[in-house]
Amino acid sequence: MDPIIILQAGVASGTVLLFATLGEIFAERSGVLNLGVEGMMLIGAMTAFSVTVSTGNGWLGLLMAMVAAGLLALLHGIVTIHFQADQVVSGLALTFLGTGLSLVFGEGLNKAGAISLLPKFTIPFLSAIPFIGPILFTDQSVMVYVGYAMLPLVWFYINRTRPGLHLRAVGENPTAADAMGINVYRLRYLYVMVGGMLAGLAGGTISLAISPGWFSELTTSGQGWIAVGLVIFAQWDPWRAAFGSYTFGALRRVILDIQGPQMLFGFPNPFYYNPYWGFFMQMMPYAFTIVVLVLGSREALRKRLGAPAALGVPYIRGERGM
Amino acid sequence: MTPTTAPARKSLFPYTIRVERRLDVPRWLSPAVSFGAIVVALLLGAAVLAAVGGDPWKAYAHIGKAAFGDIGVFSDTLVKATPLILTGLACSIAFRMKLWNIGAEGQFYMGALFSSAVILSGFVPKDAPRLVAIPVMMVAGMIGGALWGSIPGFLKGKLKVNEIITTLMMNYIAIAFVNFFVFAVWSEGGFQMSPVFQKAAWLPRLADYAKQIVTFRGLTTHAGLLIALAAAVVVWYVLYRSLWGYEIRLIGDNPRAADYAGINITRNTVLVLMASGALAGLAGMSEISGVVHRLQTAISPGYGFSGIIIAWLAKLNPLIVIPVAILFGGLILAGREIQPSGVPRLIQGIILFMLIASEVLLQYRIRIERVDK
Repeated sequence: MDPIIILQAGVASGTVLLFATLGEIFAERSGVLNLGVEGMMLIGAMTAFSVTVSTGNGWLGLLMAMVAAGLLALLHGIVTIHFQADQVVSGLALTFLGTGLSLVFGEGLNKAGAISLLPKFTIPFLSAIPFIGPILFTDQSVMVYVGYAMLPLVWFYINRTRPGLHLRAVGENPTAADAMGINVYRLRYLYVMVGGMLAGLAGGTISLAISPGWFSELTTSGQGWIAVGLVIFAQWDPWRAAFGSYTFGALRRVILDIQGPQMLFGFPNPFYYNPYWGFFMQMMPYAFTIVVLVLGSREALRKRLGAPAALGVPYIRGERGM
Repeated sequence: MTPTTAPARKSLFPYTIRVERRLDVPRWLSPAVSFGAIVVALLLGAAVLAAVGGDPWKAYAHIGKAAFGDIGVFSDTLVKATPLILTGLACSIAFRMKLWNIGAEGQFYMGALFSSAVILSGFVPKDAPRLVAIPVMMVAGMIGGALWGSIPGFLKGKLKVNEIITTLMMNYIAIAFVNFFVFAVWSEGGFQMSPVFQKAAWLPRLADYAKQIVTFRGLTTHAGLLIALAAAVVVWYVLYRSLWGYEIRLIGDNPRAADYAGINITRNTVLVLMASGALAGLAGMSEISGVVHRLQTAISPGYGFSGIIIAWLAKLNPLIVIPVAILFGGLILAGREIQPSGVPRLIQGIILFMLIASEVLLQYRIRIERVDK
């Protein structure tokens, strides 16, 4: 139980949640709730692994994962944006569909054997920073660094650029945005698909880098849902999303690693001697998600923060109200 | 070839497609559209099956034969439909109030856990008659499910915490919780199952009466089906004939109006999620008492999640939940033998997608008119 190693692995594991959460922030900021993250991540994980097995090219696998999950998100877009179907039910349908598709097409992939994974490397100089260096910049997958780079860019895009302003306008007040000459429908399609592609990237990151392989539904084991919960906790803010994602990543690692050693901080490890306590450790990420949601909602009530005003509401051009 | 003054595109497609809002929906349209959606969904499912190298028609024929082919398999279909009716009802009552309980799966597991606990802990004595054991198990199962539903209900009602995420997270927690009890507390010889319950804790099967009625020989349908049918009638009565049901429907349709009318939304949120959980818990009880006769891991192939689709397909009508659940029971029963294993899940997903996409046809009329000048 070296804390440095656990945190290092936790950052890697949190990167998956980061991609999925940022993707969902895009979709929800544009006013479309997409509960299908789990299904899109599974499709992404399966596609990435399958393409990499057959072509040997992990980058191509990652790209196809984003395309596949983006197409799935497009379905959600068509049904909710043009057909004005209920976004909750459509998202659930997307979860079923994504899970079913990935199980059907992923049949037998678990026996595919070893593949060449995405590269890992250490960043010179930065890795020399005490404490932070070994955790953040040493022997991490390239996807972890992609996550570091993406985070400030996403924040900047949403909060400081003109397209970002349009994105927020479409989610807060589509009628006004439409009057400004913004194409509400087009932007919502765009960001629902961006959300799907990032969920696909998250799935591909699992199967090609963080915990390589295809283990059917256990590949994601509910991380897509945790990401949806984290978006609410994050109040639709990328920095808070990153904080939540990396914390959850570290938590997952602690749970995986805590049963290993016989001694813990100089004491006999109770989890080693009572292996059945592991079931309670397995509950932790899910229980913690609920705790985090409670904390987030209390804060939201107090500060009167809230979701994008038009979240979950279909926009019908030419009709009053939202 | 004669030169013409009319624009070329007019002669190519002299029609306009107009989409207009329907003012009234004919009664036959809604079932017709649902039926059409299912047909399209099955065709799409066939296309996917063909794409992965399967023979879709053979697969569908197999599903039909293995689920409804003779009285023996139909009896097995009814066994699968029993928990589905109850989880379908659980979702219907919650969805009617626009409470998205997607935690029926976990509530099912907690119902199974609680109703096992009263037997395995000896709370119900070994020599207690069936008329005592079964009702105690039913109550325990409903308490287990209701307790599990009450937590998201309380969080939603009091603190406005999104119930979609909490009910879903409670699923994972419930399954780990049941696993703990199966492995650590009641494991029989280290296996992932508890000892078998005494016979008095088994719901009677049709086969038990084969001595009196010969045709019942080998039929596995158990009394849980009667419980499920009774529950459907009760839920229908509560939703459509009682004051509480009126409140639930009013909150679902227009929470602001309900609030002005003095209906306590917080209390109803907790109560409806508890009722929903109790129904799912009853499904868990029926499954372990009627089918497996012990507590073990993986007792549900996603009954709680299928309940969501069943409820939606039945338009949240408790009585229509019954035939829809029987259809899905057949799909799940026959689907077990079909490779790849994800096929039933895939088809369920496509059906739900087609269903909600088709609802646009109920709101809008698509007219194709000839353009005449």
